[in-house]
Amino acid sequence: MSLEPLLGKTLTELQQIVTNLGLPKFAGKQIAQWLYQKDITEIEQMTNLSKVAREKLSQNYCFGTSAHSKVDTSVDGTKKYLYPTSNDNFIESAYIPDKERATLCVSSQVGCKMGCLFCMTARMGFNGHLSAGDIINQVRSLPERQNLTNIVYMGMGEPLDNLEQVLKSIEIFTADWGFAMSPRRITLSTIGIIPAMKEFLERSQAHLAVSLHSPFEQERKQMMPIESVYSFKQVLEVIRDFDFGLQRRVSFEYIMFDGVNDSSKHAMELVKVLKGIKCRMNLIKFHPIPDSPLKGTPFNKMVEFEQILKKNGVMTTIRSSRGEDIFAACGLLSTKEKSKK
Amino acid sequence: MKFRKTSIINNQLIAPGVYLLYFNRWFDFIPGQVVSIRINSEMAGRLYSICSSNKSKVVQILYKVREEGLLTPLLSNLKKGDVVEVSEPFGNFIHQNNQSVFIATGTGIAPFMSMILSGHKLPEMVIYGTSYNKYLHFNKTIVDVIGNSNFIKCVTKELVNGTFNGRVTDYINSINNLKNIKYYLCGNPNMVVDTRDLLIKKGVSFNNIMSEIYF
Repeated sequence: MSLEPLLGKTLTELQQIVTNLGLPKFAGKQIAQWLYQKDITEIEQMTNLSKVAREKLSQNYCFGTSAHSKVDTSVDGTKKYLYPTSNDNFIESAYIPDKERATLCVSSQVGCKMGCLFCMTARMGFNGHLSAGDIINQVRSLPERQNLTNIVYMGMGEPLDNLEQVLKSIEIFTADWGFAMSPRRITLSTIGIIPAMKEFLERSQAHLAVSLHSPFEQERKQMMPIESVYSFKQVLEVIRDFDFGLQRRVSFEYIMFDGVNDSSKHAMELVKVLKGIKCRMNLIKFHPIPDSPLKGTPFNKMVEFEQILKKNGVMTTIRSSRGEDIFAACGLLSTKEKSKK
Repeated sequence: MKFRKTSIINNQLIAPGVYLLYFNRWFDFIPGQVVSIRINSEMAGRLYSICSSNKSKVVQILYKVREEGLLTPLLSNLKKGDVVEVSEPFGNFIHQNNQSVFIATGTGIAPFMSMILSGHKLPEMVIYGTSYNKYLHFNKTIVDVIGNSNFIKCVTKELVNGTFNGRVTDYINSINNLKNIKYYLCGNPNMVVDTRDLLIKKGVSFNNIMSEIYF
């Protein structure tokens, strides 16, 4: 019989588990601290639990961490980790150190269903959702965990297509019994699945990033099939109507494709459609994928585009490209590796 | 999203695990649009393309029961007179009445049926892929409307007279000169991504490819 992982359980779930085992309720919080705040990886090492309690737990549960099975290191210090998942697949995470800041780009699904034209993950198809434990493990088993300052849900998969597990993982990252991270250090990036996006906004405090890539419906539809169902204009309406408060942030991701979405007409249309939304715009260099009909915009043209947006009041940055040489950069995460189990 | 309680007037099994749900139309829609359906307000709605003509008084929804799904096992148990909640139609996977080819797998044929039955300009070709012949839904209707020679039936798991044995991508790969016209794709994400990549490789401009993905 396979053992159920404890990693990925909320405090409430852990309290239920210990109660069912006839253990005191406070043991739930002790286990949470071992899982999310300390460096052990075995139930046997939970030394403030009685030996009997540990034995009872071990009969049905395992700790649940899985070490990475491969790491690639970029010349710029970015590292791409390959992790096994609970359903015998593999996923990738990108660790991006940058001066005082260190960000982990986590995956939320094995592959992706959304089929964006420019994304390598779409090419690998969809092989399942990650559990909250699989998402948490990318952080918990990260060798550089102690340096980590930020988490972004921008790896493999569409996080809002796996809403409940993603929200559960955010709860664990932010709870005082969990990793106790500020939700302002977490950003979820989505293509804009509206019902799930509304739920995310209501049930979490983390930042939101939306993949925009074109301010024209027809053009966005050619690159992002989701536009056929949930248009970006409806997404912007939801964002406009939501009170983000003073510190919660919304940003837009805009990958720049040479001759496709990088004209001054596009920049001015962006200014128009984003009017009234306090946001940031991240311009991203396109990293070509094999046989892609799209090419990246030259850097000088990206700067011109940035200037138009800035002059018209849109806070804009050109995001530096990291981990390109190890295929860890934006849109390149993909793995066909399968567990040999 | 606004939902309205809607009585089912039929829930017909048309192939193993595949149903056509019927209810009276209470909205206008553009062929290619979807509705969200749920059993009650406690659950999240799931999206389904409308399968019927926009002139018909009855709306048809094609769905396949997914054992692990939250909604379709419940939907399949519903009978005439039972009530579901249906949203207003939305989405813009819309045919521009241009020269086109429709490519679908499984229940992804639904929006194309709506386009064909609503009197849109007919596609030059419909390429429809399934695992078994029994899952080629609306076979007769499509043949009647666009003709047998323009309807390419791709069946992967059995050999059937009059069908192409293989995936839709295998069929497209066998075509020598693909026209650079509009291609509308609908179905599971793997088919859509693979087909789109193949069309581009064979010279179709990416801006001539419109996709809807069932997720």
